[in-house]
Amino acid sequence: MAVTVRIPTQLRTLSGGASEVPIDGSTVAEVLKALDVTHPGFGERLFDDSGELRRFVNVFLAEEDIRFLQGVDTPVVDGQTLSIVPAVAGG
Amino acid sequence: MAFVDGLRCRECGREYAADPIYTCEWCFGPLEVAYDYEAITKATSREKIAAGPASLWRYADLLPVERNAAVDLGTGFTPLVRADRLAAELGLGEVWVKNDTRNPTNSFKDRVVTIAMSKALEFGFKVLACASTGNLANSVAAHAAHAGLRSYVFVPSNLEQGKIVTTAVYGGNLVAIEGNYDDVNRLCAELAGMYPWAFVNVNMRPYYAEGSKTLAFETAEQLGWQAPDHVVVPAASGSLLTKVLKGFHELHQVGLLDGDADVRVSGAQALGCSPIATAYLDESDTIRPVKPDTIAKSLAIGNPADGYFALEAVRTTGGGFAAVSDGEIVEGMRLLARTEGIFAETAGGVTIATLQRLAAEGVVRADERVVVYITGHGLKTLDAVVSVAGPTATIKPTLDAFHEAFDIEEQ
Repeated sequence: MAVTVRIPTQLRTLSGGASEVPIDGSTVAEVLKALDVTHPGFGERLFDDSGELRRFVNVFLAEEDIRFLQGVDTPVVDGQTLSIVPAVAGG
Repeated sequence: MAFVDGLRCRECGREYAADPIYTCEWCFGPLEVAYDYEAITKATSREKIAAGPASLWRYADLLPVERNAAVDLGTGFTPLVRADRLAAELGLGEVWVKNDTRNPTNSFKDRVVTIAMSKALEFGFKVLACASTGNLANSVAAHAAHAGLRSYVFVPSNLEQGKIVTTAVYGGNLVAIEGNYDDVNRLCAELAGMYPWAFVNVNMRPYYAEGSKTLAFETAEQLGWQAPDHVVVPAASGSLLTKVLKGFHELHQVGLLDGDADVRVSGAQALGCSPIATAYLDESDTIRPVKPDTIAKSLAIGNPADGYFALEAVRTTGGGFAAVSDGEIVEGMRLLARTEGIFAETAGGVTIATLQRLAAEGVVRADERVVVYITGHGLKTLDAVVSVAGPTATIKPTLDAFHEAFDIEEQ
């Protein structure tokens, strides 16, 4: 199942400059791991040494923060968009 | 001149040049301005500051912008008001109110925007933008108008009418988003990657956030170059609270403070949006985002970017945190207004209600010199008090009618 992963500016050196990358997987975790296979380097940037998502990395599936869903275990559906977004200050 | 060494990641310590960037490329942690404190110590003095303008630009040596490049509407150096009647009501001793409603657009956001705006011009940006819960929107629109720049201001569509009008009046583009602030924020983070705009709280954020330190600088100077014992600060993203503490530490570091910077910091949140307070009260190291539902819309950030640093600031200084209900917020607004003659917006109600709660719990003590930060004007959030603040009586224009309504004994 292919989802579109939106890559933030800060990580586009890893995606060859692409702002969107199509990736297969059935959960958020699978997609992000597959992203690290097709574009090596993403894994260590997104996950800390214990395998958890870094605390300043926000991931949104179809515009919803995955922390409101089932975290990295959230299932993904064909055609959905997964966005990786840095945290932003308040206003 | 600005004594900036560069930017440094608060999370992992990696260093970067002082560019319009805001997150660490390695770990996504927020970047913070790093200064040459030795050079600042040599350059600055109490006399030099006292001879400066009656605005936050008197502290230019400790800010990341050239003073003469400043876009300045006259922000800062707001009154620090001794609040004896409020203190008596709460069983406290020495309480001061930092009245930041007295800024050009009536909130503390002018402090961060004047810095971000000035830095944006230094970088050569032509368009100013922000994601906002309202107060920042006012300030960005006003500063862009003053400097003659185009602006794009993004807000949640359910914002108070007062904050919509007081943004739109300055011209510029005001975009109401069908969603909450966190939705607005996410969109802006993505837009910031697409357009060469200065998003004050996205790519200008390291500079923007430094403006909040001036609340601490002014407080200390107004107290005769001493740090207070305890400060109570409202928390939305957690940036303000974090930077107030940093401000006291910096003054100590560059030798401007009498005594130490041993300040206890307490945080104030609304029950309907209290991710940081909840982590504190649960003794958790994880801040879980929430969907905000509170009348304190200027604090309605469910995914607080600087939450971890705010939590750390409160824990390491031995302060406290409270999450107060909408009812307590309205009562807090009324308490400050009737005891001190200061009309705060809902966020100020959160801060006063938190002061009240922490005083009752013994966290804020009567033997402490306490400063509370009132960050926005009550006229911005009239809806919150419209049902509880009205005429004492409505009468015909006759003496009889007046005497019927009021039994006046004293002369």
